[in-house]
Amino acid sequence: MKTRTAFPIDVIRKDFPNLSVTIHGKPLVYLDNAATTMKPRTVLNALKRFYENENSNIHRGVHHLSQVATEDYEATRDKIRDFTNARHRQEIIFTKGATEAINLVAQSYGRTFLNKGDEIIISHMEHHSNIVPWQMLCQEKRCVLKVAPINDQGELIFAEYEKLLSERTKIVSMVHISNSLGTINPAKDIIAAAHQYKAKVLIDGAQSINHKKIDVQDLDCDFFVFSGHKLFAPTGTGVLYGKLEILDAMPPWQGGGDMIASVTFEKTTYNTLPNRLEAGTPHIAGVIGLGAAIDYVHSIGIDAIEEYEHELLQYGTKALTAIPRLRLIGTARDKAAILSFVLPNVHPHDVGTLVDQDGIAIRTGHHCTMPLMKRFNVPATSRASLSFYNTKQELDKLVASIRRVKEIFP
Amino acid sequence: MTEPIDIRADLYQEIILEHNKKPRNFKVMDHPTHFAEGYNPLCGDHLTVYLKVDPEGTIEDVSFQGSGCAISQASASLMTTSIKGKKVKEAEILFDQFHRLVTCALDPKKDPHQLGKLTIFTNIWHYPARVKCASLSWHAMHGALNKVQKVSTEE
Repeated sequence: MKTRTAFPIDVIRKDFPNLSVTIHGKPLVYLDNAATTMKPRTVLNALKRFYENENSNIHRGVHHLSQVATEDYEATRDKIRDFTNARHRQEIIFTKGATEAINLVAQSYGRTFLNKGDEIIISHMEHHSNIVPWQMLCQEKRCVLKVAPINDQGELIFAEYEKLLSERTKIVSMVHISNSLGTINPAKDIIAAAHQYKAKVLIDGAQSINHKKIDVQDLDCDFFVFSGHKLFAPTGTGVLYGKLEILDAMPPWQGGGDMIASVTFEKTTYNTLPNRLEAGTPHIAGVIGLGAAIDYVHSIGIDAIEEYEHELLQYGTKALTAIPRLRLIGTARDKAAILSFVLPNVHPHDVGTLVDQDGIAIRTGHHCTMPLMKRFNVPATSRASLSFYNTKQELDKLVASIRRVKEIFP
Repeated sequence: MTEPIDIRADLYQEIILEHNKKPRNFKVMDHPTHFAEGYNPLCGDHLTVYLKVDPEGTIEDVSFQGSGCAISQASASLMTTSIKGKKVKEAEILFDQFHRLVTCALDPKKDPHQLGKLTIFTNIWHYPARVKCASLSWHAMHGALNKVQKVSTEE
């Protein structure tokens, strides 16, 4: 037997205080992890410690607290460098989330280096946050947005993607793991193909950062973005990774404190990386919490997490597809623990409201991927997205609850 | 929430399930005098309400078509049956009363109203995420009568 049978699920669940609440008198079954994840006690303690003992602004002030705060904040940068295997700590830029990180690249890199007629490629399974910033850029710079198609399983049609690549392609921006389908995209191949045409590649890692080991050097991506709150850290934290030479050539996108070296009314000289791209006081406590979250993930091991979640996915897929006429949306061969589904005769919102009465939290709607919903010809889906603190018993509860929904909507 | 909640009694009552399954007046109308589209971007509920109003201000015919959850479909169906044959003015009064009912601003046991069987939506305020589902078709009807052709629950 492999060691995975020893996955310490009972101990892990106790680390997340919010998992023990009751909803409508029933124990919470939290299956909305693609929206946001729960926070372990160590993260909550880090926030409390900061606000009770270290509250101070960073990168300024010689007083003791400011220095402690700066050290703790910057320690998270080192942890992320290590966690993503980036080469340099200056390659890690803090943002307020993955969305802001994509906007930063579109606004700073895109507006500087793209010209009329240049092309940007995304895929059909992108989140709105990886569509709209590029549309805005295209509108301003008169660039062209191209969409790589997907098949009925929800997989990128790689050959079609390759056909879109040309000398005109300047940016490829694609999701690593689809939040609606669970599809794991072949990021390394996507990047290598784009690099043949010298296009820069952004990987949206909002859903992959907490599910699998990320190695930005091995991927060879030019940019990688993720949100802290999907990695068990506070909301309002996020990261842009960019290759040093690319970030170095990018102008600041927001002006303010921290991003300058010196200011006169005639001329301002900018700070060096990473501060140059981090104007204003950031979410200091949140970033320190993000550091604690990464420590927590390390304590369990990202490989063990991936393996356990895969087991949950297989169990959940089997259990859900045993429900008559339930249709899974997203059946890629390479898939993360996200189960989107539709039932005939029942709208996802009715499913969501009914299973909520059993204490089960799932997401229902278009998941900020409206073009994808259209592709599958559904207005919305119900989505159970899993994390390593979920259990097979919870999936059993979901299935039982869905069977009760079917009694009301036969 | 302090009060016990029974979702079958509150929300998914037989009459709602039945109207969802067989919505009344579910069709695109030829030559309507008024029509408007209602859209709930949060859940994707999407429907169009059509009205035929005669010169005396009587709603001769009303219909709807679109897709959405059971609550929005049943509510739209019940809306059409409630206002058919009524004066525009009466429909607007019903719109106001229905709106107050689903936002808990009208108590059907105490306050005067002409809601009739629409009071089945009395307890929907227990489910704040679903109030907009119930009121979407009403907003579309109200918009149509006031020549607003697109109604969104998020505006």
